[in-house]
Amino acid sequence: MIAGIIDWLGDPAHWAGDDGIPHRLLEHLWYSGLSLLVAALIAVPVGLAIGHTGRGRFFVVNLAGAARAIPSLGLLFLMVLWLFPKLGGDAAFLVPNLIVLIVLAIPPIMAGAYAGVEGVDPAARDAAKGMGMTGMGVLRKVELPCALPLVFSGLRSAALQVVATATIGAIAGLGGLGRFLIDGLHVNDYSQMAGGALLIALLALVVDAAFALVQRYAVSPGLSGRFRTRPEPGDQPMDVEMSVGQHRVG
Amino acid sequence: MKLSKVVLTVATAALMTTAACGSGSGNSPLDTSSSSSSGSGGGSGGITVGSADFPESQLLAEIYAGALQAKGVQVNKKLNIGAREAYIPALQDGSIDLIPEYTGVLTQYFNKQAKATDSEGVYTELKASLPAKLEVLDKSAAEDKDAVVMTKKKADELGAKSIADLKGKSKDLVFGGPPEWKTRPTGLPGLKKLYGLEFKSFRALDAGGPLTVAALKNGQIDAGDLFTTDPNIAKNDFVVLEDPQHLFAAQNVVPLITKAKDTDTITTALNAVSAKLDTQTLAALLTEVVVDKKDASAVAKEFLTKNGLA
Amino acid sequence: MSWFVDHLDLVWTRTLQHVYLAGLPLVVGLLIALPLGWLARRYRGLYAPFTAGFGLLYTIPSLALFVILPGILHRQILDPVNVVIAMTLYTIALLVRTVADGLGAVPDAVAQAATAMGYTRGRRFFAVELPLAVPVISAGLRVAAVSNVSIVSVSAIIGTQQLGLFFTDGFARSFYDPLVVGVVACIVLALLFDLVIIGVTRALTPWVRATGARA
Repeated sequence: MIAGIIDWLGDPAHWAGDDGIPHRLLEHLWYSGLSLLVAALIAVPVGLAIGHTGRGRFFVVNLAGAARAIPSLGLLFLMVLWLFPKLGGDAAFLVPNLIVLIVLAIPPIMAGAYAGVEGVDPAARDAAKGMGMTGMGVLRKVELPCALPLVFSGLRSAALQVVATATIGAIAGLGGLGRFLIDGLHVNDYSQMAGGALLIALLALVVDAAFALVQRYAVSPGLSGRFRTRPEPGDQPMDVEMSVGQHRVG
Repeated sequence: MKLSKVVLTVATAALMTTAACGSGSGNSPLDTSSSSSSGSGGGSGGITVGSADFPESQLLAEIYAGALQAKGVQVNKKLNIGAREAYIPALQDGSIDLIPEYTGVLTQYFNKQAKATDSEGVYTELKASLPAKLEVLDKSAAEDKDAVVMTKKKADELGAKSIADLKGKSKDLVFGGPPEWKTRPTGLPGLKKLYGLEFKSFRALDAGGPLTVAALKNGQIDAGDLFTTDPNIAKNDFVVLEDPQHLFAAQNVVPLITKAKDTDTITTALNAVSAKLDTQTLAALLTEVVVDKKDASAVAKEFLTKNGLA
Repeated sequence: MSWFVDHLDLVWTRTLQHVYLAGLPLVVGLLIALPLGWLARRYRGLYAPFTAGFGLLYTIPSLALFVILPGILHRQILDPVNVVIAMTLYTIALLVRTVADGLGAVPDAVAQAATAMGYTRGRRFFAVELPLAVPVISAGLRVAAVSNVSIVSVSAIIGTQQLGLFFTDGFARSFYDPLVVGVVACIVLALLFDLVIIGVTRALTPWVRATGARA
C-alpha cells in the first residue's frame, strides 16, 4: 500500500488542474482559515469579556461545552438541507461547511481566551489599577498580553480540529483535500484515500507548527522568558487544560 | 488508593464494557438489524443482505429481506454501504451475501467490453461476465437507469431533447454527478466516448441524491445524473435527455448473490419478488419512501403482503 | 415528534451500537495509554517523540482509517470492529500526552514523601501518583469521549450501524426528522458520557471535595 501511495503522489497528473493536489490544498486552507478567522472574531472578544468581568461564565461555558458535543457530520447535513436551496452559486456549498467549522472552532478559542484572562497574575492586575488604568485599559494593556499564551493555545487547538474536520465537507460536494478521501472511497482507490489522508495529516502538522512559531514571537518575552539564557521553573505556562482541549469531531 | 475504590473502578469499567459488548454483538433482544461482529450472515443458514447508499437500493434490499424472512430464512441486514466499487469487495469477502443490482451497470463493472443494450442481451452478457463465486437470479421487469437530466428551462434554452444535442455546447456546461462518475465507463468517460461530450467542469455530488437535485434546481450545475425512477424529476419538472446511443444500457433490477449462500428457498422467494416488480410499481414505492417519508421497511412489507409474498 | 415516537426502538438500538463503538475504545484506549504515558514521563527522552508520533496519528482523517484498517488488519471490510480499533487508536493518541502531563503534575514533594514513608515505586504509582493524576486524566477522557461520539457518527458513510445512519437517511430523503433525532441523540449521548466520567472521577477523588478545592 505504501507503494501505492508513493505512486499516487508521484503521478504528475495528480498535481495539475482543478483536481490537483495544490488546488485542493489551497481550497482546504481557504475553508480552514476563513472559518478560524470568523470563529476567532466571535470567540476571542466573548472569552476576554467573560474572563475580565467574571460574569456569564456559567452560561457561556456550558453552552460551549454542549457545542463540542454536536456531531459535525449531522450538523453538516442539517445545514446543507436547510441552507443550500436558499443560497446561490458556490456559496451554497461553502456556507453550510463554514458554519460547521465555526461552531467547532468557537469552544476551544473561547476557552483559551477566558482561561488566559482568568489566569493573569492578580498582582499584575493590582499593579495596573495602582497605576491608574481603567477597566478597558487593564484589559488591553495587561490582561490581554498576559493571556496571550493561552489564547494562542486555544487558537492552535481550534486550528487543528478545523483542518481535520474540513475533510468531511467533501461529502457535501465541497472541494479541499477531503475530496481525495471521498472520491477514493467511492471508487475503492485506496491509494488516493491514503494519499489524501497523509496530505491532511501533514497539513495539520504544518499548521500546528506555524501557530507554535507565531505564538513564540507574538507572546511578550517577559512572559515566555525567551530572553533569559537559563530556563527557570514556571517558565512555560502549564497549559495542561489546553492540551486536553484539543479534540476532533470528524 | 483504597482497595475498595480500585475494585469499584474496575467493576464499573468491566460492567460498562460487557454491557456494551453484549449489545454490540447483537445479543440484545432489541437488535433486529445490527451487524454481527463475526461479519458472516447471522449464523448457520443465514444470509446477509446489503444495499448501496441510495433509498431505492435500500428499499429493494428491504423487499428481498422481507420476502426471505417470510419463507423462514434468517436474514441479517447491512444497508447503506456505498457505491458499487465499495460493496462488491464486501460481497467478495463475505461481509454480505446478497445485494439488489442493475443488470447494465453491473455487467460493465465486470466486463469493460460489454456491448449489449437490450434487456435480454444485457442479462445474457451479465451471466457470462460474473466472477465464478457470484451469480444473478431472475431479472425483474423493473428498470432504473442513470439519466442525464436538465431543468426544463435549460433544456429549452439549448434546444436539447437528447444527449446528442449537447455536442458542441457541453464545454460551457457544468455537470454534476456522483464522485465515481469521473472514472466509471458509463459516466463521464462514456459521455465523452459515445457522444463526444467534454464538460466545462465536473462537480462531485451524490448518487442521484438531494445535492444533485438541489444543484440542478439552483443552477450550480447545468446537467446532472439522476435515476429514472426518482420522484424529484417529475416534482421539479426536470427533463430527461434521450439516450439514442444507449450509453445507459438496460438496467433491470436483479438479485446478485454469492453462489455458496444460495438455496432453493432463497431462489424461489427472490424470483417470485422479481416477477412482481415492474418499473411503475418500483417508482410508486420509491415515491412513498422519498416523498411521503415512509420507512423503507414498512413500504417493503406492504408491497410483499399485497402481492402475497409475505 | 411523532416520527421519533414511532421509531423509538430503532433509536434505542442504534444508541446502544453507538455506545459500544464510542465507549469501548475509551476504556481500552485508557488502559493502553496509562503505561504509555507513564513511559513518556519515566524516560524523558520519550516524551517528545511520543507526543509528536501520537499527534500525527490523531490528525489522520477518520474515514481514511476506517477504510484502510481492514486491509492492514486482514479483516472484513464492513466489520464494526474496524471502527472500534480505529477509535481506540484515536483515544490512545489523545490520552498518552494527557496521562504523561497528569503524572507530571504530581508535585515532586508528594512523591518524595511517599518514598520516605516506605512506598515502593510500584505502590507509589498506584497509591499516590495515579490518584493525584486522576483529575487531569479525567479531563482528557471527557474530551476523548465527546470526540469519539462525533467521529463514530462519520462511519455512517461506510454503512456502520450506529446513530450516524439517521444523518445519511435523513439527508438522502430530504427528511428532517431522522436527521434532527440523530443529532440530538448524539449530543445527549456525548453529554451522558461526560456526566458518567465526572461521576466516576468524583468517586475516585474524595480529597478534592473534602478540602473544597476545585477539581
